[in-house]
Formats: sequence, structure tokens, C-alpha cells
Amino acid sequence: MGGYVEGIIAILCINLIFAYGVFLTAASGQLNLGGGGFQAIGAYVAGVCSNSLGFPIFFSVIGAVLGAGLIGFLISFPVLRTRGVYMVLATFAFALVVSGIILNTDFLGGATGMVVTAYTPVEVLILATLLTILLVFWLMASRIGLVMRAIHDDDVVSEIMGVNVRGIQVFAFTLGGALAGLSGALYAHHYSFIEAQYFSALLSIFVLLFVLIGGTQTAWGPLFGASFFTLVPEVLRLGDTEWRYVIFGILIVLMMIFRPEGIITRTLVHRVVMVFSRSGGH
Amino acid sequence: MTLLLQQITTGFMLGSIYVTVAVAFTLTIGVLNFLNFTIPAIFMITGMIAWAAAAYGFPFGVDGGISWPLALFMGVTAAVFASLIVERFTFRYLRIRHGDATEHAIPLVSSLGFLIIFENLILIAFGSEAHSFPEKFKSDFYIGEIIIGLPQLASLAISLVVVAFLSWVLKTTSIGRALRAIAENPDTASLLGIEVQRIVPLVFLFSGLLCGVAGVLFVVNYSDVSAFMGDEVGTKAIAAMVLGGLGSIWGAIAGGLIVGLLEALSIHFFGADTVNVTVWGTLLIVIIIKPSGLFGASRIGKGKL
Repeated sequence: MGGYVEGIIAILCINLIFAYGVFLTAASGQLNLGGGGFQAIGAYVAGVCSNSLGFPIFFSVIGAVLGAGLIGFLISFPVLRTRGVYMVLATFAFALVVSGIILNTDFLGGATGMVVTAYTPVEVLILATLLTILLVFWLMASRIGLVMRAIHDDDVVSEIMGVNVRGIQVFAFTLGGALAGLSGALYAHHYSFIEAQYFSALLSIFVLLFVLIGGTQTAWGPLFGASFFTLVPEVLRLGDTEWRYVIFGILIVLMMIFRPEGIITRTLVHRVVMVFSRSGGH
Repeated sequence: MTLLLQQITTGFMLGSIYVTVAVAFTLTIGVLNFLNFTIPAIFMITGMIAWAAAAYGFPFGVDGGISWPLALFMGVTAAVFASLIVERFTFRYLRIRHGDATEHAIPLVSSLGFLIIFENLILIAFGSEAHSFPEKFKSDFYIGEIIIGLPQLASLAISLVVVAFLSWVLKTTSIGRALRAIAENPDTASLLGIEVQRIVPLVFLFSGLLCGVAGVLFVVNYSDVSAFMGDEVGTKAIAAMVLGGLGSIWGAIAGGLIVGLLEALSIHFFGADTVNVTVWGTLLIVIIIKPSGLFGASRIGKGKL
């Protein structure tokens, strides 16, 4: 693998896992604009476990997943008290507080960042990504996925039908936080350097855009959204840097006009499956 | 002690810019339930266009710079124009095409798209470095030992006057009544004979105007403009709006001043890097304790996203 291709694959893997983390909350009807906060927690927990505590990479990643998941669990209770725009902005505030705290903690390197010496090759990232994708697809096909869909479409009716809405939302937040933490830990170990400024408000906004534009109805959505928006800028890099972003912005506006439920919808998946089963000779 | 009082004064002056932008946010949320993420970019456009006109003249680069009042006026015009473009291609178009689907995150996402478009177009046109507005507005006076900048004091006064005027419009005029009716329930408002499609652009016009005023105040106070000047002020204004409560104009005013004060105090006591933790930490605590902000009407902003 060439260095350039390897670099793209690495960032694609990290973005995919990150996007699935945000997707899980979005699929159960909550917009999480604080993804960057969970990713930062994962990255720094992994960094501390590996640097200061001398954990092997596998355990430092596990530690990051558990740490970010725990924070997701704890933060979900106050955050789920809020609704709508308030909830979006509560998660946004959370991410800004996390990066602000990291910036002011000398132990974590503050503004100068932190070097994480233990290195993970890209193959590990690919494996983790495949496992994450499998996990989310399985989850969405299971009873929990069905319930998440129900809450996404109408939480009041779901509650009336006997669904434990709060429980599922907490679950989605926890697992989503853990996945975002995983992406952060892999980022730390692959790039060997982390700084608070990277996990900015813009990062949280971008990952939520990946998910919403990909579509929150099926597990295909983030797969498409994150891949498209990671790979297309690489293709467009041929042009001028800022024009790249202008085109990105125009694509976002156009997509919302033509595919407001996201590119990949349940109907689309159903149609594609029908086409393939027909051509299979049934 | 003098230093602390000085910081508090500076905080309130800074807050006046946040107030104006926060009211722009709260207006679109209160009436349309739409979190308009292009507002920071529209604020930034005012500053950048005003600077470009003052430095290069109009049309850009053809002759020398034009006088500063005209340049500032052009900035505000550009802001209003940009705001109306956003209305045309996000809110109106989506509402016609998808009806009630606009209650979901669709306009929010496309406004993020416009934020990226506007910021990068300005970057392409004027580069990423900070530019200095040619005219300097500097005249200080003292109360005791505290320095008060005249432009800063004027900002506070102007922002309060603009907001009070808006509040008067909403309360007493027929347009204001129509806007409040739409905020209450767009369908009922439409049934009662309010032409929702013709009133909605007014909201964007007002919010563009407010961003323009805020941009002008920013230029007058700090004279340095850049393509990123909206990011900081925009996010602080969001914090101010949420702190005060969505949809409440007086809440946005209180929120803006509180955020400005928090910022100044946190710089004074803990250093410049802690501002985000203090402001957003306070915000997080307030919405956890009181999920509708300090003065927010409980029905606004809780719609499904």
C-alpha cells in the first residue's frame, strides 16, 4: 500500500467508526453535536493509559472505549432531560467544555498536545472498522434496532406501546460515546500525536453532517456518508483548497433539497434488494 | 479592584455584540423553529465587505477606497442580501417541497452547508489573514480610573436601541402580530389569513439586519476583521441565546451580557484559555437545571429535530 492511499484509508476508518458513534444516537432520534468531545475523551484516555500507565495498545484502546462509554452514560441523564434544539446545543456545549478542559490541563499537554508513542498500523484500524460496521448492522437488525427506529419516528407512541424510551436512549448514548471513543483511541495510536484543537466544534459539526446526509434510517447511511465525504474531498483536492469546501457546501444544500431523509433511505435499500433478488432468477 | 471593574466594563461592552447576534438567532428560532447556522457567516460578511469597500473601493479594486460610513452601509446591505439568499434556498424551498418535513433537521443541515459556502467564498476572495479597517474609531473617556471607549459605549446603546425597536415591532405592529401568530402555529396563522410565505422573508431580513449591525459594531470596536471573526462571536451568541432561553428577546439580551461578563471575568481570574470552559460549562449547568434557559418560553425549541 502506498503511503498516500494508506493515509486515506486510515482517516476513512476513523471517520467511519466516529460516524457510527454519532449515528447510534441519531437513529434513536437524538442529534448529538458533541461527537468531538467523545472522540477527544477516547484519544486522551488511550494516550494516558499508554504513556503514563504503560498499558499495551489493546488495553489502552479498551480503556478508552470504556472511559468514553462511561462518560456517555453519565452525560446522557442530564442531556436527555432537554429536548430539540436545547439538546443539540447541550451536546455541543459538552464537546466545547471537554476540549476546553483538555486545553487547560497541563498533565494532558495543554495547548501543546500529547505524543502517543505506541503505534497502531492501518490493518488494525481496518479490522476495528469492519467489526464496528458488523456490530451496528447486527444491532439495527435486532429488536433493539427496531425499537430505536420506533423512537426515532415517534417517541410518544413508542412510550405508549410499552417501549422503555429512556433506557434505549441512554443505551444509544453510551454505545455511541464508546464508539466515538474507539475512533479517538485509534486516532491517537495511529497518528501518535493528539491536540485539543483538533477536536473542535467544526469536527463535531462535520461528523453529524456525514450521518444526516448519509441517512439515519439504516446502518448503510453513515457508511455512505462518511465514505463519500472523506473520499470526495480527496478527489476534489485536484482543484483549489477553498473551492473544494465551497463545492462541499453546495453538495450539502443540494442533498437536503433532493434527499432530505439522507441519501440512503429504507425505501432505497428495499428497492435495491428487490432488484438484486429479481435478477437472481427468482 | 480597578482592574476588575475595568474587566467588568469591557465584558458588558463585549456582551453588546453578543446581544445583537443572539437576538438574530433567537428571532429565527422563536418564529420559525429554525436554528440558523449561517448567522455567524452573515455577521462575518458584513465586516469583510465593509473592510473591502473601505480599502479597495467599489467595484472592488477599480478605484481607491470609499468613505467609511458608506463602506459600513455596504457591509450591512451585503448581510441582508446573504440572509435573503439563505431564506430562498433553505427555508422557503424546503417548506414548499417537503411541507412539514422542515420541522426536522433539514433546514439546520442546509444552513450548515451555507455556512461552509459563505466562509470559503470569503476566504477565496480576501484570504485567511486578518485585515485592518482603514478608519480607526478611538476616543476614550474616564470614569474615575476606568477607561470607557466611546465606540464601545455607543455599541451598547445602539444594540439596546435596535433590540428595543425590534421588540416594539413584534409587540405593536401588524407585522409583529403576524410573526407572533406564525411562531404560535404556522398552520392556524395561515388559516386566519396571514400570508406566511410573504412574512417569513421578513424574519430573515430582520436577522440579516441584526447581524449587519453587530458586524458594524465589531468593526467600530476592534477594527480587525477576518474570515473567521464570525466563529467565535457566533458560538458565543448561541451560548447567550440558550442561556437566556430560546425565542425570548429579553432573554437574549440578558444572556449576551452574562456571556460577555463571564468571558471577561474568566480571563481576569483564570486566563484566556479558560473562557470556553467557563461559558459553556455555565451553559451546560443552566440547561441541565432549567432545560428552557433562564427566560425561555417552554414551548419553543423543543420540537422534534
